[in-house]
Amino acid sequence: MTVTQTLSAENQAARAAAARARKLGRLAPYALIIPSIAILLFSLGYPLVWQFITSTQKFGLAQQFGRPPEFIGLGNYATVFTNPETWAIVLRSIAFMLVNAALTVVIGVLLALLMTAIGKAARLILQVALLIAWAMPVVATMTIWTWLFDWRRGIINWLLTAVGLDFTNHNWLAEPLSFYFVATVIVVWMSVPFVTFSVYAGLTQVSDEVLEAAQLDGADGYRRFHYIILPLIRPVLMIVLLLQLIWDLRVFTQIRMLQDAGAPPSSTDLLGTYIYRLGVASSDFGMASALSIFVLLLTVAMSAFYVVQLLKEDS
Amino acid sequence: MTTTTLTTPLVAATATTKAPRQRIRPLKVVLSVIAIALALAWVFPVYWMVNSSLLPNAVLQSVTPRFLPFGGSLDNFLTVMTDGKFFGALQMSLAITLLTVAVALLFAFLGALAISRFKFRGRTSFVLALLFIQMLPAEGLFIAQYKLMASVGLLNNILGVSLIYIAAVVPFTVWMLRGFVAGIPADLEEAAMVDGCTRTQAFFRVTFPLLAPGLIASGVYAFLQAWNEFTVALVILQKEDAMTLPLWLRTFILQSANRATDWGQVMASSTLVAIPVIVFFLLVQGRLTSGLVAGAVKG
Repeated sequence: MTVTQTLSAENQAARAAAARARKLGRLAPYALIIPSIAILLFSLGYPLVWQFITSTQKFGLAQQFGRPPEFIGLGNYATVFTNPETWAIVLRSIAFMLVNAALTVVIGVLLALLMTAIGKAARLILQVALLIAWAMPVVATMTIWTWLFDWRRGIINWLLTAVGLDFTNHNWLAEPLSFYFVATVIVVWMSVPFVTFSVYAGLTQVSDEVLEAAQLDGADGYRRFHYIILPLIRPVLMIVLLLQLIWDLRVFTQIRMLQDAGAPPSSTDLLGTYIYRLGVASSDFGMASALSIFVLLLTVAMSAFYVVQLLKEDS
Repeated sequence: MTTTTLTTPLVAATATTKAPRQRIRPLKVVLSVIAIALALAWVFPVYWMVNSSLLPNAVLQSVTPRFLPFGGSLDNFLTVMTDGKFFGALQMSLAITLLTVAVALLFAFLGALAISRFKFRGRTSFVLALLFIQMLPAEGLFIAQYKLMASVGLLNNILGVSLIYIAAVVPFTVWMLRGFVAGIPADLEEAAMVDGCTRTQAFFRVTFPLLAPGLIASGVYAFLQAWNEFTVALVILQKEDAMTLPLWLRTFILQSANRATDWGQVMASSTLVAIPVIVFFLLVQGRLTSGLVAGAVKG
C-alpha cells in the first residue's frame, strides 16, 4: 500500500517535472538562437534594409550634409545601368570571373590528377607547397606579388630580361590588360590549392580496380578520365567551380591593392572597387546601393545551387 | 555463378598489373619531377618574401637579385617591430580577432545546439537563412555597414568592426559546430541523465568535452577570417591609429606607388602578419579539405 502511494506520488512529481521540461524544451531552442539572430539582424539585416531603401533615394553629397533624401523609385538603377561605364565594368567583371574561375578549376584539376600519378615523396612536396600558398593571408599575398612584379627591381622583370626579353623597368600595372593579367596570376595562384585538395579528395574515392579493369578493356587515359573519373568527381567539381565563380565575381582586395600600387582606378575597376569608388570616394550612396543590390542578387542567384547541395549533404 | 566468373578475371587483372608496379616506371619519374618543379614554382613567392625580409635594402636594390639570404640579418624585423605603428596595428588586430572569436564561438555554439538537439518551428528557415547569409559578399554590403557604424558612432572602433566580423562568421560557425554536436549521440546525454545528472550537468560533463575539437576548428576559422579581413576594415577603420595589420601592410603598397620602397621591411612585415595564419591554418587544414563545407572557409 504505502509503496504504491509513494510510487504514485513520485510519479506525479516526475510527471510535473517532465511537463515543465517539455515547456522549457519548446522555448529553449528559440532562446538559443536569439543571440545569433540579434547580431545578424544588427550587422547584416539592418544594412540590407537601409541599402534597399537608399537604392530608391537620391542620396549624394547634399544628403551627407543633412538634406533629407528624396524618393526616386528606380531612378538610381536607371542612372547606373544607362551609364556605359557601368556596363563596361559589369562585362569586365563577368569576363574576369569566367577566365579566373575556369583557369583555377582547370589547373586545380590537372594538379589533382598529377598528384594521383606520382610517388609519395613528390606528392607530399607538392601538397606542402600548395598548402603554404593557400594559407597566405590575402594582404600579404598582395605585397609579395607587388614586389615580384615591381617595375624597378622586381624579380619577374629580371627573369624575363635574363632569358632575352627586354623587360627592364616594364610597368605591369599601367595597361588594363596587363593589370588584369597580373590580377589573374595572383587570384589563380591563391585559389588553385583549394580546388586541387578538394578534387584530390574526390579522386582518392575512385577505386584503382575499376580504373585498371577499364585499362585492360582498352580504355585510354582520356576515356578513363571522361567515363570513370569525371562522373565520380562531378559533384565536387560543380561545387568548386561555383564557389570560384562567386569569389571571383566579388574580387575586391586584389584589385584594390593593385590599384594602390599605382594603377589608374578608372580603367581597371571591377564591380567591388567601382562600388567602393561610388560610395566612399564620391559619397553617392544611392548609386552605390543600387549597384550593391545588383551584386547581391547575382551572388544569391549563384549561391542557391550551393546551398541546396549543402542541405543535401546534411540529410 | 555469375559473380565468380566476373570477379576472377578482375582479381587476375589486378595481380598482373600490380607486378610491373615494382619496376621503376619512367612516366612516373618524369611526372614526379614535373610535380616537384611545380611545387617549387608555387612556393617561390613565399620563399621570396622570406628571402627578401632577411636582406638589407641595398642588396634588394642592386641590379642582380640575390637568391639566397647570404649576408642577411633580422634587421628588417627589428626595424619594423620597433616602429610604433606595428604594435598599434597588432593591438587592434588582436583585440578585434579575440573579441570576434570569443563572441562568435559562444553565439554559434548556442545556435548549433538549437538546430542539432531540438526540433522547432522555424528551424529549417533558420538553417536556410544561415546558409544564404554566409554567401553574402562584404563587397555588396560595406557601404551600408559603413553608414550603420557612422550612425551609431562606432567608426574607427574595435567594437564596430568586431560586430560586423561576428555576424560574418557566425553563420558558417553554427553550420560547422552543428556537425560536431550532431556527431555526439544524444543517447550519451540521456544515459548521464538516467544516472542522475540534470540536463545541464549531462551536457557540460559529457557532451562539452567531446566538442572541444569542433570548438577549436571553428575558433581557428573565426580567427583566420578576422585576422585577414581587409574590405570592411578599409571602409570602417579610416583613421591611421585605428589600422589593423592588413591595413598597415597596405600603407607600404600605397607608398610604393610614389617612391622607392624598402622592400625588405615590407617583406618582413608581411612575414610577421603571415606567420600566425600559416601556423593556425596548418593546424586545421585536415578539416578544411574534407567535405563540401571546405568551400566557404577561405575565399
